Amino acid sequence: MNLIVNGDPYPFTGTTVADLVAELQLTGRRLAVEVNREIVPKSEHGTHTLREGDTVEVVHAIGGG
Amino acid sequence: MSEDLLTIAGKTYTSRLLIGTGKYKDFEETRDAIEASGAEIVTVALRRTNMGQNPDEPNLLDFVSPERYTILPNTAGCFNAEDAVRTCKLARELLDGHSLVKLEVLGDQKTLYPNIADTVKAARELVDDGFQVMVYTNDDPIVAKELEDVGCVAVMPLGSLIGSGLGILNPHSLLLIMEQAKVPIIVDAGVGTPSDATLAMELGCDGVLLNSAVAHAKKPVLMASAMKKAIEAGREGFLAGRMPKRVYANPSSPGEGLI
Repeated sequence: MNLIVNGDPYPFTGTTVADLVAELQLTGRRLAVEVNREIVPKSEHGTHTLREGDTVEVVHAIGGG
Repeated sequence: MSEDLLTIAGKTYTSRLLIGTGKYKDFEETRDAIEASGAEIVTVALRRTNMGQNPDEPNLLDFVSPERYTILPNTAGCFNAEDAVRTCKLARELLDGHSLVKLEVLGDQKTLYPNIADTVKAARELVDDGFQVMVYTNDDPIVAKELEDVGCVAVMPLGSLIGSGLGILNPHSLLLIMEQAKVPIIVDAGVGTPSDATLAMELGCDGVLLNSAVAHAKKPVLMASAMKKAIEAGREGFLAGRMPKRVYANPSSPGEGLI
């Protein structure tokens, strides 16, 4: 399926948010995920199924003032 | 002196210096500067992760641990209430339900002055949603009062423009803000030198939040240490109470017994 991840088109072969996080090699990192502007809590990453056309944001903390 | 603590949202802190994590050379320097500053509250920004092209990229929070520091996620880069609220919700998820945030809704790129209408709107929404909001604002006492009334846990007026290093340009406004405030007033933005930080504290501010003054110093770790001392000196000076100003001289040595 085709997703938009962090602003760019992203072809995805997995099923869940956890699959996507693993594919991005971010498993175990401190991050937050939003799908179609709704936060998907960490506890639901393994069960939340992504669908064709979903817009996903994956964010983390960086330096800032 | 009995312990002089800063209380924000019911939590007490020994240090009155809050420090940012932006613009450092690397995470090692960030960690060392924060350590030298003695700060207990540390701001971070939220941004998109990379897309797996750099899997071994170090993570800021591995260097600045949420177990050790109170992490204060900001909404830097947000120019409307909606984006700021969205960013705070992401931060709360990222930090496992942590609800203390630094709200900043900016007006334009050139000045990074706050957009007050949207700042108040976002603050109201966030407070209603259970966030503890420390809010960046201008040095207008009317606005500061409104933000306090909305329920912000700290009001953080600018000393001068973000990243400018121009210092405290309107100390009189800060005095007006503090005179009426019931929540901590923290100068956020503009501090360039230790003496700027001391001035803010001498005026009676509850704390200072800074980033560029340390990160852009030639020796950031040394400047962090200088800022720690400057904040402490200013605070003690405020608590001690300054001498009255006089127009004419007043000798320190007695006139009696002169030969």
